[in-house]
Amino acid sequence: MKKILLVVAVVALYILHQDIWFWRSSRLVLGFIPVGLYYHGWFSVAASLLMWLLVTYAWPSHLEQEVEETDTREDEDR
Amino acid sequence: MIPAIVVFLYLAAVLYIGIFAFRRASGREKAEDYFLASRSLGPFVFLFSLFGTNMTAFAILGSSGHAFNNGIVTFGLMASSSGLVIPLTIFLIGTRVWALGKKYGFMTPVQMFRDRWECTHIGTVIFVVQAVLLVPYIIIGIMGGGTTLYTISNGLVPYWFGGAIVALVVMSYVFFGGMRGTAWVNTFQTVLFLCFGALALIVIGVGMGGFRNSAQAIQGSPLSWLLTRERISPYYFFSYTFIPLSAIAFPHILIFCLTAKKMSQFKKTVIFYPLCILAIWLPCVFLGVMANRVTDIPEIRAKQEARRVLATQGKNMAPEVRDELRDQSAGDDVIMLLLHRYAPLWLAGLLGAGIMAAVMASDSQILALSTMFTEDVFAFYGGKTRFGETVQVQTGRLFIILITLFAYAIALRAPETIFELAIQYAFSGFAALSPLLVAALFWKGSTKWGALAVTLWTVFAVVAVAVLQAIVPAPAPGPPTVVWAPGGVDVLSRTPGGTAVFGFMPVVPMVLISALLMIVVSLMTKKPAITTVARYFGDRD
Repeated sequence: MKKILLVVAVVALYILHQDIWFWRSSRLVLGFIPVGLYYHGWFSVAASLLMWLLVTYAWPSHLEQEVEETDTREDEDR
Repeated sequence: MIPAIVVFLYLAAVLYIGIFAFRRASGREKAEDYFLASRSLGPFVFLFSLFGTNMTAFAILGSSGHAFNNGIVTFGLMASSSGLVIPLTIFLIGTRVWALGKKYGFMTPVQMFRDRWECTHIGTVIFVVQAVLLVPYIIIGIMGGGTTLYTISNGLVPYWFGGAIVALVVMSYVFFGGMRGTAWVNTFQTVLFLCFGALALIVIGVGMGGFRNSAQAIQGSPLSWLLTRERISPYYFFSYTFIPLSAIAFPHILIFCLTAKKMSQFKKTVIFYPLCILAIWLPCVFLGVMANRVTDIPEIRAKQEARRVLATQGKNMAPEVRDELRDQSAGDDVIMLLLHRYAPLWLAGLLGAGIMAAVMASDSQILALSTMFTEDVFAFYGGKTRFGETVQVQTGRLFIILITLFAYAIALRAPETIFELAIQYAFSGFAALSPLLVAALFWKGSTKWGALAVTLWTVFAVVAVAVLQAIVPAPAPGPPTVVWAPGGVDVLSRTPGGTAVFGFMPVVPMVLISALLMIVVSLMTKKPAITTVARYFGDRD
């Protein structure tokens, strides 16, 4: 279930990149940042948060274990 | 001249870091130490060097130049899409390649492909395609160095000499320092640019009398479209999300993934990558757009005038005249022009050094090519067994000298635009090669014939797009030239900026057809031995 939610989050963020709702707006946020640029700035922050979620809840720790086991076996062989 | 002196001091610092500060080699050299820093990079260096490796001259000069002529769309096209896709591919693919490299001793992607699909010469074909797509980056790096030094010194340092200095500096620290030297130089350069990028934003902002006035002036002028995306098709915008797939398929990025000491070091890289992109690209794009309000820099006014003439009279002009106007309106030097105008001399020098840092990103590509040549060709065809590992490292170093001299010789003779175009094709080409990695790591049923089909398709598609763009001249800004429209459906068009297939950039069909070919051809051909597949997937069953 956790993995499905993460996949949904990745797909949702990918779709949110296509922000057609700000396409023609030249509105300025805080008086100087174009709204489209402001949105994509926050999109980058959201991408970072999503990466944190992936690293926290879907980290491929089995790969680390496999490498550690291989290292241990090699050390024993020596 | 002061900025040029600061840049020379910076180059000396880079040389010191690369050659001396992190040189450990003594006695007999090991290939893994020279080419992969003994897979021992720590989390800080791994994050910044991997990010720095991906930061080419285009990220700095090109992004502000693109934003100058196209507006804020540049950030969504190239930065925020990369901020999502690149760390995702590092998370999914980079970690797995790292683990396989540790387990089986791979030093290049082709070594992994050869082992995974039990192939020999198909691996060599992949090596050749990767190398050919990578060489233009090295050439453009040297060209960028020559141009930047020429601009910073107000023409006192000629282009040939600037290019030679950059080539010599990069070649020296890659030659002596190998991966360790390259990684530390990249880290130094990335930190430098992160610091000075923010400083540039503040200094130029103050010089321009504040961004609020400039932004509001643009909003109320005929240039208000620069603050929107109304001149860009949503299909084109969507297409750009496929381009960052190229990052993980670049050999130098994948080889860098092998240098981490522990897999946990990927965590910080994956999390902070989007923020690093934000920190560097946002100021560059913003400054590029705001440069349109600068009225006291004649060069910027000339660019705007060329853009205006192209937009209003371009349709009635000969293709060559349109190309000339496009060159005149190109904004790659707007950041440099803003610095010259608004920053004090010493700061312009420091910021110029920061720009040099980005321009010199070709170091990793040179090292990657050397690693690939010595591992995928020299060692694979018996050189390592016959002559030993020390000779292998020496061969790698000789290759670094030869490839740098070759790139410098080409940089002196060929026009820069050719290689800028080649890089455009290379991005799409490497994106089209990305299904190789996905199939090798996630699909048991993939075969070497599927891999060959993907590689040959990539070559065909890159050449086809290049030929089309050479034959059909780019139209004036506005509607594209329809090249092929069976039944009234616009299948193939020539746009002012490139080519469109059903309205999408060529990279979309290239990647999708690559993936399809991998599936279809693999289903029709013989799989590798069960024992081989088990080495990659067995533990997860």
